[in-house]
Amino acid sequence: MSIQEFLRDLTYLLPFTYLVSWAAVLLIVDLFLPDDRKGLLAPLAALGMAVGIGLSILQVGQQQAAFNGLAMVDGFSIFMNVLFLGIGLVGVALAYDYLKRMGLERGEYYILLVFSITGMMLMGSANDLIMVFLALELLSIPLYVLSGLARPQQASEEAGIKYFLMGAFASGFVVFGIALIFGMTGTTSIPGIVSTVSSGTLLNPLIFTVGGGLMLVGLGFKVAVVPFHMWTPDVYEGAPSAVTAFMSNGAKAAGFAALIRVLVVALPSIATDLTPVIWIIAALTMILGNVVAIAQRNIKRLLAYSSIAHAGYILMVLVAYGSAGLAAQAVAAALFYLVAYTLTNFGAWAVVIALEKKEGRGLMLEDYSGLGNRHMGLAVAMTIFMLSFTGVPPTLGFVGKFYLFNVVIEGGYIWLALIGVLTSLVSAYYYLRVVVYMFMRDGEPEVRRDVWVNLTAGVTAAGLVALTIFAAPLFDWATRAVLAGF
Amino acid sequence: MMVPINYFVALSGILFILGAVGVLVRRNLIVMFMSVELMLNAANLAFVAYARHYLSMDGQVFVFFVIAVAAAEVAVGLSMVIAIFRTRQNINVDDLNSLKG
Amino acid sequence: MIPNEYLPIAVLFILATGLAALVIILGHAFGPRRPTARKLMPYESGMTPIGPGTRRIRVAFYMIAVDFILFDIEVVFFLPWAVYARELSYYGLLVIGIFTVLLLVGFIYAWKKGALEWE
Repeated sequence: MSIQEFLRDLTYLLPFTYLVSWAAVLLIVDLFLPDDRKGLLAPLAALGMAVGIGLSILQVGQQQAAFNGLAMVDGFSIFMNVLFLGIGLVGVALAYDYLKRMGLERGEYYILLVFSITGMMLMGSANDLIMVFLALELLSIPLYVLSGLARPQQASEEAGIKYFLMGAFASGFVVFGIALIFGMTGTTSIPGIVSTVSSGTLLNPLIFTVGGGLMLVGLGFKVAVVPFHMWTPDVYEGAPSAVTAFMSNGAKAAGFAALIRVLVVALPSIATDLTPVIWIIAALTMILGNVVAIAQRNIKRLLAYSSIAHAGYILMVLVAYGSAGLAAQAVAAALFYLVAYTLTNFGAWAVVIALEKKEGRGLMLEDYSGLGNRHMGLAVAMTIFMLSFTGVPPTLGFVGKFYLFNVVIEGGYIWLALIGVLTSLVSAYYYLRVVVYMFMRDGEPEVRRDVWVNLTAGVTAAGLVALTIFAAPLFDWATRAVLAGF
Repeated sequence: MMVPINYFVALSGILFILGAVGVLVRRNLIVMFMSVELMLNAANLAFVAYARHYLSMDGQVFVFFVIAVAAAEVAVGLSMVIAIFRTRQNINVDDLNSLKG
Repeated sequence: MIPNEYLPIAVLFILATGLAALVIILGHAFGPRRPTARKLMPYESGMTPIGPGTRRIRVAFYMIAVDFILFDIEVVFFLPWAVYARELSYYGLLVIGIFTVLLLVGFIYAWKKGALEWE
């Protein structure tokens, strides 16, 4: 490689390289800010990510491999970059007032958030298992620290260490899975793996399948599917709410980006072996997530189980990843649902943050009583989020689920689709209970008025309803733009 | 005569399983943490063994990255363990139960 | 199935273990045993031991250790570059330069945050 090629490849990955440099600049800026002015990093981080979105959009239409094929710029990576940077922007918006109010205003939050985003972006572009691993760690390690941000509060410390141990455990599975796949194919490059498999020079197909299975387990931990979900409720509850909001969207989207790259692009050859496993995992996740959520009185734990359940829905569509005609459609449906889920989830967390008080108060369902009388706007927004989670029209959550079930049924997995529909009905019970509390019970909830949190709730709620009108053209457009590389 | 590749892979598989079981059954944070490192190093062994088998550099490069990342993980993990020890004077996971719902 | 080159190692292994075991057994079998309180104390290079063996160590040691691990391991990436520095020429220099700058930013951050202070 020459210097010219190196610089050219850096520009191929410009949104990523730029954001890494920006994060390094923020580190230095943080050193020179006095302790009471750390909030200044929030607009700086937001500015950086906004510029990143601009740079990503400028890349639309490109299709390049960079750094000897380690990373890719294609429709999928650009789409994921914009999604991740958007998640980062909302993460900053939700945190700004929250951190001040909870006495957590440290510069680290924004810096770690930006570093985590760089990891997620790398995950979207990864075209080599080395990159998948590095991206996974780059996005996870800042998240471990962020979960423990509110130390010395015991709950936060505990969340941090639990997330750390489970995350490191999961990385162990991913690395060993990659080792076995490398051993069977002699390469870590995703196109290389595909060509080795198709040329039939695989050392031992059984061990290759085991390697793929181990990677599925490791990534399953990251996106929190049953039976690898045990950490989720504890970590989501213990971490500061702003961190949970960011993590539950960012880590999940990145985990699914990795699953899609690894399963759909690298491992379609072992689909017949992995599909039954995915079937069972998805079914268990949807059932357990939704059923256990019914028993939750704490809104953070409720949203944690809801996030497990939704991981199940997205995973459900990947059962179709092996059938050539459906793979692209399955990916498009998964991505569409991911966007719908991200909008809904951020909105719901914005409401949670608006109601949360110090020392973890204001998080029980009872604390939402009377919200409808006191703060009509917020209550209506929360209702829209709950309807979207359930999958009731006219919300984007409904459209997303419609596409998911469409693909699953077309793939012939009728029973799985049935489980999905039935568990959605079950989920209506606990989602709508929140609505019942808000409008049917009396209470005097205190709400923190913050312009950014209100804006997040308002925009996501409006978007969830308004975008349903354009859902079909959006889906078609996204399918074409994103899947050029698949 | 060279040691056959399968010996290395079997050894690394055993090490990996030992590590995974260690994380699940041990109750001391530091020991659980060491078990995770054992899993990573089992993977490293498999990588170098296969790299030798294919006479390719890819596997060895991967090991470099795994080692570097493991060091970053160690730094974060140890710091968290210290923070927890400072607040509780104890690092047994069974006592980390303030979050059981 | 076991390769022949490893035979000497196996022989050495068996001999070493056997000899060590033999010496201990002989000592136990024929050595006189007259225990006194002083003899039963743990051996501390001739000093009288004070307190239990596992003592609290200052947390500052851990913090220094953590920093050391981080920067020590990252240096591993210099090694392959150093071996091929001539062949890689300016391109290698540029890449390792970027790496070093990023590492330096981390170092300056740790330094200014007081991670290297003993107190």
